[in-house]
Order: sequence, then structure tokens, then C-alpha cells
Amino acid sequence: MTAPSSNQPLRRALGRLGPLLGLAAIWSLFAVLLGDSFWGWDNQRLMLLQTAIVGTAAVGATIVIISGGIDLSVGSAIALGTVVVALGLSAGLPEPIAAVGGVLACAVVGAWIGAAVTGRIAQVSGLALGAALAWSTVGPLGLPTALGLGFVVAAAAFALLPRFVGTVELSPFIVTLAMWGALRGLAKGLGDNQPVYVDGQPALLDLMRNGDSGLSAIAAPGVFVLAALAGAFAWMLRNTRFGRHVFAVGSNEQTARLCGVRVERTKMWIYALASATAGLAAILQFAYLGMGDPTTAEGYELKVIAAVVIGGASLTGGEGSILGTLVGAFIMTVVDNGCTKLGLENWVQEIVTGAIILVAVAIDRMRHRRS
Amino acid sequence: MHEHAEATPRLRMRGVSKRFGATVALSNVDLLVRPGEVHALIGENGAGKSTLMKILSGALSPDSGSLELDGSPYAPASPLEGRQNGVAMIYQELSIAPHLSVAENVMLGVEPTQGPRVRWSALRDRARDALTHVGRGDLDLDQPAGALPIADQQLVEIARSVALGARVVVLDEPTSSLAQEDVQRLFRLIGELRDRGTSVVYISHFLEEVRTVTDRYTVLRDGQSVGSGMTADVGPEELVAKMVGREVAELYPRSTRTRGEPALVLTGFAGGAHTTPLDLTLHRGEVLGLAGLVGAGRTELLRAVFGLDPVVQGEVRVAAVSGPATPRDRWQQGVGMVSEDRKREGLALGLSIADNLTLARQQTFLSRRGLVDESRPWIEKLGVRCRDAEQPIGALSGGNQQKVAIARLLHADVDVLLLDEPTRGIDVGSRAEIYRVIDELAQAGKAILLVSSYLPELLGTCDRIAVMCRGRLGPARPVEDVDEHAILLEATGAREATA
Repeated sequence: MTAPSSNQPLRRALGRLGPLLGLAAIWSLFAVLLGDSFWGWDNQRLMLLQTAIVGTAAVGATIVIISGGIDLSVGSAIALGTVVVALGLSAGLPEPIAAVGGVLACAVVGAWIGAAVTGRIAQVSGLALGAALAWSTVGPLGLPTALGLGFVVAAAAFALLPRFVGTVELSPFIVTLAMWGALRGLAKGLGDNQPVYVDGQPALLDLMRNGDSGLSAIAAPGVFVLAALAGAFAWMLRNTRFGRHVFAVGSNEQTARLCGVRVERTKMWIYALASATAGLAAILQFAYLGMGDPTTAEGYELKVIAAVVIGGASLTGGEGSILGTLVGAFIMTVVDNGCTKLGLENWVQEIVTGAIILVAVAIDRMRHRRS
Repeated sequence: MHEHAEATPRLRMRGVSKRFGATVALSNVDLLVRPGEVHALIGENGAGKSTLMKILSGALSPDSGSLELDGSPYAPASPLEGRQNGVAMIYQELSIAPHLSVAENVMLGVEPTQGPRVRWSALRDRARDALTHVGRGDLDLDQPAGALPIADQQLVEIARSVALGARVVVLDEPTSSLAQEDVQRLFRLIGELRDRGTSVVYISHFLEEVRTVTDRYTVLRDGQSVGSGMTADVGPEELVAKMVGREVAELYPRSTRTRGEPALVLTGFAGGAHTTPLDLTLHRGEVLGLAGLVGAGRTELLRAVFGLDPVVQGEVRVAAVSGPATPRDRWQQGVGMVSEDRKREGLALGLSIADNLTLARQQTFLSRRGLVDESRPWIEKLGVRCRDAEQPIGALSGGNQQKVAIARLLHADVDVLLLDEPTRGIDVGSRAEIYRVIDELAQAGKAILLVSSYLPELLGTCDRIAVMCRGRLGPARPVEDVDEHAILLEATGAREATA
């Protein structure tokens, strides 16, 4: 930036702030139309709360999309996560353990997706097979025998299948489309086809409540979870080799490979991390619902993608930012909230949101064409 | 063909010129092709053959000059218009729609219709006719064209030009991916096209083919037509002389270099499916050139050495380490590679200069500022003209992009540099700077393996040169013992390599 007399950096900064300006415009519009019922702090707190869940999952989806991938299984992963957390609590596990369990379950799913995307479908199928076998035989055989049987089958399939199958790279669209269905099914199976209720009032529920004192008087703790996660991911993208490799893989996978980037390993981590954030979103969703619900968060995968794209990421990879994604998620909340307060019906909100996606991306493309 | 001598030419291109920015691609080029003639268009890489053919097809329009087809003016605005005028192009990269049937591929764009409805029986009949003309009336019309072997796909494309009723068929390097018996079949087919009055423009690097299959020739050199005549009247030596015929400018600095210990040793090594096992030793402090035609197997060799493609057989030894490796291992062993395809592989065009330059060697934790600071000395050393290191690399000129691709190797501090066409498509000024860097590196004791299709550059920068022809590597000779003639003869297969 030592270049003298050039407005390029300024224009670049403006470009990066584009979504933020859009948010400011939309927010101001509603503020003028609605007055303090919109811009009052109570409503701001509410909107932050409404953004927390989609925003948290969208932070993870941002790195997937920057890397040139896509994740359609986010909504189903969130549902699975809520069920796992609820089951953990009803089994009497301490709350932190149950919560971490939900995140871990989703992270494992993500690693599975990453492995399938990078060609190791045979190996991960072996693992899934063993797990399924252990689960279905745990009744008649007892836990140790079932686990042992599952382990043996998984190990055998893991070792043998690749010889016949080799590596089969599947597009992330296909893999996560499959998981979109499969994870929902898994959640229903775990929850025995119904919501999993939890006794009493777990402290986890406070995550999604606006309080009267302390930090939670400013915003619900879940909002701070989102802020911390976003900060960590933004820092990681900027200041770690892994972060730069996410951009490199998305911008040009061949170049990344030429430069010695372990593309497969990087992708595994990307999907595992992204699904872990879906697990974090699942904890918030659990807190919001007060129960585990296998049918919840339907369509969230598309909301998440919309947030990332409105925030300036490119679905062809190589571009995107955490700040942009947050702004994108918040734009959608503002539209929902504002339209509701104006007394507009749901269908109007949905059309407006669709229009915003198109306009945001069109503006982004125009900006690129100029530079 | 003497009975045609006075007839109206099928195709006449007169005084055709074309520039791209500051580069003159074609200057006052004449080309005359008679009806029922196979006309060879020859010249080195970059001589302007592709540009001339793009103008003929309608993909480009000339800055000046005129085209005539059978005596009437011809100025196609698009390839579609060219096709409608009966000019069919068959490129080295075939344009088959792999999922469509053979019949649909033959009739693509000229489907017989009745209102909105395709007349399938007529389509099949005409496709069958056209395929019979090219000698493959027996092909299954309904199978997907992508399932055919390459040679048959090529025949489907030629049948497409027959179905179109083409007056001029351009074949661009048609034999480069064919086996010997398919080549013979193609030659017979070209003879039949000629006998039916179709004119064929035949582009090839292989001079022995040119002599076998063509009637007349035109040579392009540096964007100008420098000679034409009957193919039967000239020998390969004379053609090569016409293709080369220029002075080597003082582009190439050469300091005193000291050849050191072996840095890269290949034993019985084969990379790529069509290459013959070879031995090669690259020493520190030398530049070893790999000459040859496009598609001779040099890129495959480099990619396999670098771990981008699997090694078919044999052994690679880098300094003391031997065995196959991934690109990451190679970087750690001190080997770096510059890809021939700058846009698709060499660089991530959406990312910044700093990201691209440092990508091969980054710390676990880093800062954007740090990457920029690390990049700066290399940007200065190679004279990359840019605003700052955070500029997206796609905004730079080709020459400056390429300097960054090379700077990446310097930043990673490698000892062995595999450079694949490092000066392709870049301006002379940037080329000169890259030659200077190569010379400095060799003097500093680095080992450099340089693949180039541009002979003056190899002769100017290398200490030794080996020629590859159709997957077979000849002996590495000191640069003093070879000249352009000898290399071209060996590369075109006109003369077998002698050790």
C-alpha cells in the first residue's frame, strides 16, 4: 500500500464493504418506515438472536464455499446435533459434555463428507457399515460384542474395499445432497421419530435468551458465541497457512497441488470444521427449542448459502469473507423482521429475500468486471 | 495438379495482417490453395499458423487484407458463418459432443428438420452417407461418440465436414494423437477428399508427413509467408532452413558456469503413457534444455518427476533421496516446478501476488503483512511491474505473471528448477529478464531443466540440449555441438538421433 496517488486500495476497501453498505441501506429504510419499534435496542437484540443460528452455521459454510465446495447437509446436521445433545442430557450427561458431544457428532459427519469428497468413499463406507452394524446389534449382543463386531467389519471393509474401488472423487454437491437426506434420517432414527424432550431447565437454554443483567442484557450469550466463532475463523483465514490454503484450493486446485498443498487433507479439515460449526449452531437451536427435534432447521442449508453469497463469496471458489457472511445473514434477518413489522405477509418476505440474493450477486459481478 | 494451375483458386488470402496490442501476429501474409489440393502450412511454434487459421475460420477478423473463396469475397464474421461458407476446421483438440450419438455428432448444426421436428430417419441416412465417405460406414450410429477411440472420433469430425459439404477442410496437427495404422488410414482418406475436389489445409510439424501427404506448401515465419511451392521439389533441409532463417538476438546472457555434482538423476524413467524409458542426469550449475515438438512427452516427463503424475517406471533421485514423491515432498527436497499452463495450473489468478508467490512455502501461522514483506524482495529482484504485492495477479501482464511463477521457486529456495515453457506467450522484455534470472541461478550453482519449444531460447540459455521425439529422448549434447537445423530434424523425426 505504499503505492502513491492510487485510489485502488480505497476502491478495494469499498468493494469489501459493499454488503455492509447494503445492510445499512436496508436497515435505514426500515428504520424510517417503522420508527423506534424497529430501531429500538430490544428489536436489535431480537434480530441478533434471530441471526445467531444461521450465522453460526454460515461461518463454517463460508470456508467450504471459499474452497470451491458446497454443503447442502447443514440443516440436517443441525437437526442431528439437537437430537444428540438432547439424548445426552436425557441420559444424564453433564451439560458441557452433551454439548461437546453434539459438536463432535457433527464434526465426525464433516470428516466423513470430506473423505468422500476427496475420493475415499470406500474407506468411509466401511466405517459407516461397521457403525451401523454395531448399532443394530447392540440389543441382542450387548455393547462390548456389538462394538467388537462393528469394529471388525469396519476394519475389514476399510482395508479391503479400496482395493476394488480405488479412489472415486465425488462432487461435494452430490455427497452433501446424500447427507442432506441421510442425516435427517439418522436424526429421526436416533430420536425414534419424535422430538427428544429434556427434563427440567438446562442452563444451555440461557444461550438463546436475552437476560436482564450483565452481558446477556446486551445480547443473548448465543450471539457472543457467534461473534467469538466468527472472530476465530476470520483470524484463521487470514493468519494461518491453512487459511491461505483454503483460498488457494478454491481459487485454483491445480496450482495448489503444484505448490505442494495437500489438497485432500485440506478439504477434509474444511468439511470437518464446517460441520463442527453446524454442530455449534445445533446447540443454539437446541437452546432455542428446548428440545432435540429431528425435523427442525429444514431449509437452513439454503439460508446459509444465501448468507455466504450475499456476503460476496463466489460459488466457484477463491473468494469470500467471514464479515461478508455475517452481514449477509443479518441482511436476511432484517428483511424478515422489518417485513413482519410492516405487516407484510410471509410470501412477500420470501420474494424480497430472493430478489436481494440476485441483486447482491449481480452487483458483486459488476464490481468484478470493472476491476 | 497442373491442370488446375490456371483455374480459379479455391482459397486466396492476400496481404493478411493482424496485431494483438503491440505484438504483430501476421504481417502481409499470402496463402493460395487450389481446388482438390492438399496444402501444407508449416512454421515453428508462434509463427502465426493458428492466427491465420482463426482468420480463415471466422474466429478472428484480419486488420487488413482480403480473403476469397472460389473467386468471391469471403469475410466470415463468426465460425458459424465460416462453416456455412463451407470452411471446416478440425482442431487437434477434437470437438465431439461425447454424450450425443455418432449420428447426431455428424449432423450437429445441420440437422434436417420439418418445422420444429428433427427428421430422424433423414438425419441417420445423411450421417450414414457421410461416414461411408470417410470409410467408416460400419460405425454404430446410435452409440455415444465419446465411447469411440480417438481415431474414430476424428473420422466423425471429418464426416461432419463432409455432411456440411465443406470446400476447405483444415486439419490442425491431425496425427499427433494417432497410432501408426490410423495415420495411414487418415492419409488415404485425405487422398479421397482431394480426389473429390475438396481442398485440404494440412498443418503439421512432422516434415516427413508433409512430404507424404501434401501437394504444395506455404511456410510461415515470424508472422510472414516466406515461401511456397511444390512439396515434391523441396527436401526437409530446405524446409527447415525456411522455417528458421533468422538471427539470434543478444537476448541471452551467459556467464561462466561451473558444472557441479548431479542434482537430479533419472534411471530407466518413464513418465506418461507414451514415453520410452530414459536416463538423464542434471548437474548443479547447468541449464539442460529439452527440445522437441508440442506433445513429444516433455511435459509428461517433468510432471512425473515432480510427482504431479504417477511414475510409469524407473527411478528418480534428487541429491541423495530416491523414489517417487508428492509435489509437497519435492518442494521439501528443494525441487520446484513452473507449469507450462500459467492460467490453469501455474497461478491462482484470483489471489494476490503475495499469496501466489509464497504458496509453496508458508509458515503455520502467518500474517498478510508478513507475506507481503516476504514477497517484496523477489518482486524487486525479478522486476515484476505491479502496484503492490496485494494486487490480484490476474491484473498483471503475462510476462509479469510468469515472473511471479518463477519467483515462487526462488522464495522456496529450491536447488533444482523444472521450467516448462517459462517464456510462452510473453513479451520480449520479460523474456530477457527471465533469461537473466536463469543465467544468475545457474551461475549460483542451481540445476535447471528447461523445456522449451522455442529453439533460439534453448540454444541461447542452455549448456546441454537433449531432443525428445514421440516420447523418446535423444542424448544430451553440449550446446556447441548442435544447431537449429540438427534439432529440428531430430525433433520432427526426419533424422534419427545418433549418440
